[in-house]
Amino acid sequence: MDFELSDEQGMLKDSVERFVKDNYSSEARAKLADSEAGFSEDHWKMMAELGWLGMPFAEEVGGFGGGAVETAIMMECMGRGLVLEPFLATVILGGGLVTEAGSADQIEAIIPAVIEGNMKLAFAYAEPKSRFDLNNVETTASKSGDGYVLNGHKSVVYHGTAADKIIVSARTSGNAMDEDGISLFLVDNGASGLTRRDYRTVDGQRAADFTLENLKVGADALLGVEGKAYPVIEKVVERAIGALCAEAVGAMQQANEITNEYIKERKQFGVPIGKFQVLQHRMVDMYMEAEQSKSMSDMVAMKLSLEDEKERKRAVAAAKAQVGKAAKFVGQQSIQLHGGMGMTDEYSIGHYFKRLTTIEMLFGNTDYHFKKFAELSA
Amino acid sequence: MDLSFSKEDLAFRDEVREFLQNSLPPDVKDRCDRGLHPTREGQIRWQKILHEKGWMAPNWPKEYGGTGWSITQKYIAAHEFGQASAPIATPFGVSMVGPVIYTFGNQEQKDQYLPRILASEDWWCQGYSEPGSGSDLASLQTKAVRDGDDYIVNGQKIWTSYAHYADMIFCLVRTDPKAKQQEGISFLLIDMKTPGITVKPIYGIDKENSLNEVFFEDVRVPVKNRIGEENKGWTYAKFLLGNERTGIARVARSKRQVVRVREIAAAEMSGGRPLIEDPDFIAKLTRIEVDLMALEYTELRMLSMLANGKKLSAEPSLLKIRGTEIQQRLTELMVESLGMYGAPYEPERDYAGRNDIHPGPDYAHGPMAEHLYLRAATIYGGSNEIQRNIVSKMVLGL
Ligand SMILES: Cc1cc2nc3c(=O)[nH]c(=O)nc-3n(C[C@H](O)[C@H](O)[C@H](O)COP(=O)(O)OP(=O)(O)OC[C@H]3O[C@@H](n4cnc5c(N)ncnc54)[C@H](O)[C@@H]3O)c2cc1C
Repeated sequence: MDFELSDEQGMLKDSVERFVKDNYSSEARAKLADSEAGFSEDHWKMMAELGWLGMPFAEEVGGFGGGAVETAIMMECMGRGLVLEPFLATVILGGGLVTEAGSADQIEAIIPAVIEGNMKLAFAYAEPKSRFDLNNVETTASKSGDGYVLNGHKSVVYHGTAADKIIVSARTSGNAMDEDGISLFLVDNGASGLTRRDYRTVDGQRAADFTLENLKVGADALLGVEGKAYPVIEKVVERAIGALCAEAVGAMQQANEITNEYIKERKQFGVPIGKFQVLQHRMVDMYMEAEQSKSMSDMVAMKLSLEDEKERKRAVAAAKAQVGKAAKFVGQQSIQLHGGMGMTDEYSIGHYFKRLTTIEMLFGNTDYHFKKFAELSA
Repeated sequence: MDLSFSKEDLAFRDEVREFLQNSLPPDVKDRCDRGLHPTREGQIRWQKILHEKGWMAPNWPKEYGGTGWSITQKYIAAHEFGQASAPIATPFGVSMVGPVIYTFGNQEQKDQYLPRILASEDWWCQGYSEPGSGSDLASLQTKAVRDGDDYIVNGQKIWTSYAHYADMIFCLVRTDPKAKQQEGISFLLIDMKTPGITVKPIYGIDKENSLNEVFFEDVRVPVKNRIGEENKGWTYAKFLLGNERTGIARVARSKRQVVRVREIAAAEMSGGRPLIEDPDFIAKLTRIEVDLMALEYTELRMLSMLANGKKLSAEPSLLKIRGTEIQQRLTELMVESLGMYGAPYEPERDYAGRNDIHPGPDYAHGPMAEHLYLRAATIYGGSNEIQRNIVSKMVLGL
C-alpha cells in the first residue's frame, strides 16, 4: 500500500501547480469567469501543449496512458485555482465516452483532435425529470432510414456552449427508467433540429439546455452498441465523480488556507480572531473534513480501476458522499469565518464556496450517494 | 396560558388576509416570494399602501402612528404577511431608527422624522459597521468633531445595506477619542445629500448590489441631528440592536419557505416519483419544521413575557441564532430540491431581465439568489458566534 506519488506523478503535479499559480490569481480567474466565453482558449492551447488533454488516453491514439490517479492529481491542483477550462467535460466525460464506446473510426476522428486542443466535447445526460438518475432517459431516438431521429430535452449541460460535439443519451427502446435501451449519439453543436439555450452557472462556469426537435443523425452518429450504453455511461460518470472529488479536495484545501490566513490577520477586540477558541475549533473541523475527503479522493482514484463492480461503486458513492458533506461545511464556514468580507464578490472565498456548492450537486448530491451506498451495502 | 384565538382575532385575520389579497401588488409579491432583493420603487409603492391602511409600523406606540395591535394580532398579521409573501417595511426606518427616535429623541426630532418614516418619504440606512469594527463595534473610528452648531464627520462605514437607496443614514460616530470606547460614541442622523458623502457599491456573492461603502469627508452635520446626549450613543445603539435581533428571526417568512419547499418538491421528480415522497427528503424537511415550530413558540413565549411587563436579558439572541440557522437550512434545502437546475445563475444587474426566464422551471428562479445572500444571516445583526458569547455571558453567567 502506498499513497505517495511516483516521480512522474510528482512532476505532473508540479506542472499543473505552476500553471495555476501563473494563470489563476483570484483577479485573473474573476476576469475570465466574467468574460463572454467563461474560460480562455489560450489556456486550453497551453493545456494541449503540456500534454494534459491527452493524459488519460491510450498511447495508440496519441495519449499518455494515464489513469484515474493522474486525473486526480491534475483535478486537485485545478480545484485549488478554480480552473474554468472544460477539462472534465471534454477529456474525462466526452473523451471517456468516445474511447469506451466508440468505433475505431470514431476514436480516430475525435480523440487526436481532443488531445491537440482542437475539439471540445460535452455530455448531455440530464433531463428535467431525471434528477440524478442516469438511467432516467426520456429523450427518444427512433430509427429512420439509415439513421435516427432524436426528440427530447437535455438540461444543464456543462460547457454545452463551447463544445464542438455533444454526446447525447437517448432511448432507442424501453421505458423511462430502464437501464436497457439507452444509446449514445454524437451530435454536432449547431446541427439543425438542435436548439441551445446558453447561460452561466453560479460557479462561474457555462452551461446550456438543449431541445432536440426531429434532430436527424446518420448511423455513424451512434456511439457504441444500440441500447447498451448504460454500463458505459455509469463507468465514465464514476471517473468523473472521482475527478470531481479531487477537484473539491483542492478547492477545500485552498479555501481552508485562505480562511486560516484570514483569521490570523483579522483583528477584533484587539486580538486576531483566530485566537477565539470557537473559531479555532471550527477551523479544525474544516481541516478535518478536508483531510477525510482527501483520503476518500485518493482511495477512489486507486479503486476506479477495480474489476469488482460492487466494490468500485461503493467506493465512488462513499467518496462523493463524504466530499459533498465536507464541501458544504467547508464552503459555508469559510464564509462565516470571514464575516462580511466573505460575502463580497471581489474577494476570492465566495467563489470557492460557490464551486463547492455545485460540486456537491453534480452527478448526485450527498443524500443521493448516501442512499446509493446503503443500497450497495445491503 | 391560552393559545386560542378569540372571535375578534379571527375577524382580524380575515381582514388582514383580504387586505393582502386585494392590495399587494403582484410584482412586489413575486420578488418577495422568490427571495429577491426588493426594488426601491416597488418597496416604496407597497409601503405607501401599508401607510394608507395605517399598518406601516405595528411595533410603534399608537401615539406615534403605530397600530395598537395586541401581541396576538401582531402574531396573526406577521403570519399572514409571511404566507402571502408580503414584504414588511424595510427595517432601517421602522424597526431600527424609529424606536430610537421616539424613545430617546426630542420632540422636534420626533415631529420631523417619524411621519416621514411612516410615509416612506425617507429611506434610512444603518451606519454602524466599519472596516476595522464589525463584531467589535465599539472600536469604531469615524470621528465627529464639534464646530459651532455642527459636527464635522470624517471616516468610513462599510456593509451599509441599501445606502444607494437611502435618503438618511443613522450613524455611530466617535465624539470623545479619549474616553473609554463605549463612552465616547454619539448617535447622529445624517442627510445622505450632505456634501462630502460618497457611496460606493459592493457586489455580493449573489452578484447583486445591496451592500455599500459610505465615505465621509468633512461632512457637516447640525448638532440638533444628534439623538440624546453626546457620548451616550452606545446606549441607544444597543437598544436598537436588541430590537434588530428579534425581527431577524423571521419566523413567518420561514413558514412560507416550508410551503414553497413542499410545492417545489411535489413538482420535482426523483427516481420516477415526486421528490416529496422521498423519505430522506421528508425527514430533512420535517426536522426543520419542528425546529421552526419550537422557535415560533419560543418567540411567542418571549413576547408574552414582555407583554406582561417582564424583562428579558439576552434571550432575543436565541431567536436570532436559531432563526437564521433555519433560514439557511430552508434555502439550502430549496436549492437542493431543484437538482441541477439549482446551478444556473445570472445576476439581474448584468442581464437585465434575462434571469427572469430561468432555463428550468419557473420556481427555480430565486432560490439560489436567496441561498447566497442568506449566508450573511449568520453574520449580520451581530454574528451567531457573538450571539452565543452574549447568551453564555448574560444568561448563563459563564
Ligand atoms: C449582508 C450584510 C448586510 C449588512 N448590513 C449592514 C448595515 O446595513 N449596516 C451596518 O452597519 N452593518 C451591516 N452589516 C455588517 C455586519 O453587522 C457585520 O458584518 C458583522 O457585525 C460582522 O462584522 P465583520 O464583518 O467585520 O466580521 P468580523 O467581526 O471580522 O468577524 C469575522 C468572524 O469572526 C467571528 N468573531 C468575531 N469576534 C468574535 C468573538 N469574540 N468570538 C467568537 N467569534 C468571533 C465572527 O463571528 C465571524 O465569524 C451587514 C453585513 C452583511 C454581511
